[in-house]
Amino acid sequence: MLEHDVLVIGAGLAGMRAAIAAQTGGANTAIISKVHPVRSHSNAAQGGINAALTDRGDEWEEHAYDTVKGSDYLADQDAIEVMCKSAGQALIDMEHMGVTFNRDDEGRLGTRAFGGQRRARTFFVGDFTGQALLHVMFEQLVKSGIRSYEEWFVTSLIEEDGQVCGVMALEIRTGKMHAIRAKALIFCTGGLGRAFEPSTNALIVTGDGISLAYNAGARLMDMEMVQYHPTTLAGSGVLISEAARGEGAYLLDKNGERFMEAYAPNMMELASRDVVSRSEQTEINNGNGENGCMFLDCRHLGEALIMEKLSQIREIGIDLAGVDMIKEPIPIRPGMHYMMGGIKTDVDGLTNVPGIYAAGECACVSVHGGNRLGANSLLDTIVFGQRAGDHAAAATRSKEFVNFDGSAAVKKEEGRIQQILDRPQNDDRVANIRLGMGQTLNNNLAVYRNQTGMEDTLRSLGGLRERYAHVPVDNKGAVFNTDLIFSLELGFMLDCAETITVSALDRKDSRGAQARTDYPDRDDENWMKHIVTNKGEEGPEISYLPVSITQWTPEVRSY
Amino acid sequence: MDVTLNIRRFDPGVPQPESYWQSFDVSIEDNGTVLDALIKIREDTDGTLSLRCSCRSSICGSCAVRINGHAGLACKLQASAVMGDDNVITVEPAGVMPVVKDLVVDFEPFWEKIRAVKPYLQPQGLEPESEYIASNESMLHLSSVTACIMCGACVSDCTVLEVDPTFLGPAALAKAYRFTADPRDGDTDGVSKERLQDLTQATGMWDCTRCTECVTACPKGVAPMDRIMALRDQAIAAGLTNSNGARHAEVFGELVGHSGRLDELKLPVKTVGMFNIPAMLGFLPVGIRALIHGKMPSPIHKNIEGVEGFRRLYKKAEEAGEE
Ligand SMILES: Cc1cc2nc3c(=O)[nH]c(=O)nc-3n(C[C@H](O)[C@H](O)[C@H](O)COP(=O)(O)OP(=O)(O)OC[C@H]3O[C@@H](n4cnc5c(N)ncnc54)[C@H](O)[C@@H]3O)c2cc1C
Repeated sequence: MLEHDVLVIGAGLAGMRAAIAAQTGGANTAIISKVHPVRSHSNAAQGGINAALTDRGDEWEEHAYDTVKGSDYLADQDAIEVMCKSAGQALIDMEHMGVTFNRDDEGRLGTRAFGGQRRARTFFVGDFTGQALLHVMFEQLVKSGIRSYEEWFVTSLIEEDGQVCGVMALEIRTGKMHAIRAKALIFCTGGLGRAFEPSTNALIVTGDGISLAYNAGARLMDMEMVQYHPTTLAGSGVLISEAARGEGAYLLDKNGERFMEAYAPNMMELASRDVVSRSEQTEINNGNGENGCMFLDCRHLGEALIMEKLSQIREIGIDLAGVDMIKEPIPIRPGMHYMMGGIKTDVDGLTNVPGIYAAGECACVSVHGGNRLGANSLLDTIVFGQRAGDHAAAATRSKEFVNFDGSAAVKKEEGRIQQILDRPQNDDRVANIRLGMGQTLNNNLAVYRNQTGMEDTLRSLGGLRERYAHVPVDNKGAVFNTDLIFSLELGFMLDCAETITVSALDRKDSRGAQARTDYPDRDDENWMKHIVTNKGEEGPEISYLPVSITQWTPEVRSY
Repeated sequence: MDVTLNIRRFDPGVPQPESYWQSFDVSIEDNGTVLDALIKIREDTDGTLSLRCSCRSSICGSCAVRINGHAGLACKLQASAVMGDDNVITVEPAGVMPVVKDLVVDFEPFWEKIRAVKPYLQPQGLEPESEYIASNESMLHLSSVTACIMCGACVSDCTVLEVDPTFLGPAALAKAYRFTADPRDGDTDGVSKERLQDLTQATGMWDCTRCTECVTACPKGVAPMDRIMALRDQAIAAGLTNSNGARHAEVFGELVGHSGRLDELKLPVKTVGMFNIPAMLGFLPVGIRALIHGKMPSPIHKNIEGVEGFRRLYKKAEEAGEE
């Protein structure tokens, strides 16, 4: 049987960083990913990565304060301190590995402004920072010689005597099922964007790890906090980076007027994302948009700047919306983008389930609380990916493998898959169920929420789940059966959708990304706490955890 | 908008698998991409259709296929821009790499070549405490190469790889250039001599025939062929002239500079060296084939008319190049 001390699930930025750290820490390490590592969704990050560099007169405390405020005081301040203190070194490490960061006139790393921050501390590579970082991390993975299972899909976890001790994985290329034994699993499986329709997220971002961990007893936290990004394209929902506004772009209404003054007089277009998205949505609801969209105007930035720093999003505008931002404003609207919540971990990636770690977007440390600042997520992935890898390597040194019958496990999982393949055709399709889920979430768990809408979604999800139990797949073959994978992914997303909705219904205040029209105010007395969900007999059970406050007392938030 | 996709399919799961064409009529948004149409087929009509795709925004590099015979990203091309009068678009798997199923090809040979160029920064000097100081121009230049998303479109349409699978190919060579051109890689002057040495071996930078297919195919403007040419310049500048490719280039220039045109008989002889008997024997079959097909150059090589004037011109160009 395949066997590793540490098995990292997911080869995005968090996963590869974790694997390299675990290997450096002396553990026999492997990484497994349902797509080739460079296809992971981290490559879609456009705008940049935050760090406060002291030799540039910035302080980690300043970065931490902006992050705390951005989170609407829901993030854990001790975790934010860890992240912001480590940011400088993490950034310089990436530069030393070879990232081609844009420079200033003196040849030092250049910065751009980003939302919700009082100074420019976002480091970037044009407008494809994520791709640049991801490819360099992959280079380091190649250099490390770590065993990499590419295009292997984790279908379930293996438990023996109540202990998680490995994973079942489908080798997509052949259709063969494998059991992999491990002393520690590090989940780095990314977000769950495709549970919503539309979303800026790639088609592979389906909450697999969040659901797998949840079903193994891990606690999820802040699941109600779903970020809607202010500038996504109508139709496809593809992102136009905040980098555009960082470089000075305006948001306009249908009459060509800037409207942010009324909502965020100081920071204007560069207020926190939740604030800007709400402002846009309010304007759209008041009839000041056009076809449900507002406009992002980059024309005054000039062709030279756009070509040097925003060329990729210009291409996206041309390819997907037929609009050249050098010449015309782009129609945009708020769209689902990021999951602040996830598998609850401490600052070393540990969860409540022995042997399970998590890092990156699938985890909730929580450094983003109610609202993530742009360019803090890439930072989150490399800082906490590394810490989880370090910790897992040390922890597995003195640990024995749990014994289990590998071939029995394979047989059992093959049987489960076969049952799905054997389902008779009916009128239903996986894609229709996903669309139903995506639309109800996007209708009722978007920028503005209320009790009736969310209850409606919860009911719909119940119906979709029943359909899911019978939905057939067309493809019965073994080789590269993506049809089967979509079906399994849909199951993962339905779990996520349910915990999101249940958590959002429970929170009776408005904070960060959760804006309830029926509870419009932030209520610190009753709701400055994390909502935790874990799997009970009859669905998600709710409990609470306090917010860690170290040095920044909650205040009224204005930009 | 209605489009018809004519898709080349392949199912390895049937006895004696063979590729076949299947056409699908789909209706998509007016500005929908080829990928939108493929996804629609997969979701609504035929779930057995296999393809890789993910980001929908030309950054993950998953969906390179051949569209109307040329490699490109399905998510980048609007259907309306590529369909013919009859609304038909043909979609085939990427070339060069073996087909696994339908539009999915085996990328292992691709990654093997990427790994072969030691694709990670190798600085020889001491690491600075903070970042390396480098000009913005140098980084922007590198970023235009690191913009490569490893989609394999260039490899798919490479005319050398089509006949010689041992060639490193445009993607791996562009990746190599990304390091040789990096001021942080190699010695303290940023010269990556060892890399260049490796890349001058057979199957490396000198095997490109400059057909420009890779430049056309690349969806990210990386222009792999231009990087390969830049590698050649770097190799010669680093004094790596002792390879067939480099000598070929030098002798080419020398001969043309002398007579005003290429002496095709002297070129191979001077490139490998008159006394390199095994290599000379190796030319024999080519020579015989050329003779049979009436392509053997005349043994009497004449200077062009006005060769003196040409030589002056050539010298001037050389001097300008050196400046
Ligand atoms: C369009 C866009 C732009 C963004 N821009 C920025 C930005 O400018 N700055 C910033 O800080 N953040 C940005 N973000 C957010 C940031 O990119 C992500 O949060 C982050 O990259 C997530 O990284 P990750 O390593 O956690 O997960 P991912 O990169 O998503 O990787 C997940 C991995 O898990 C694997 N996986 C998942 N399920 C399975 C399974 N069942 N079996 C096997 N493998 C599995 C996948 O194959 C993949 O390798 C952006 C996000 C989007 C969508």
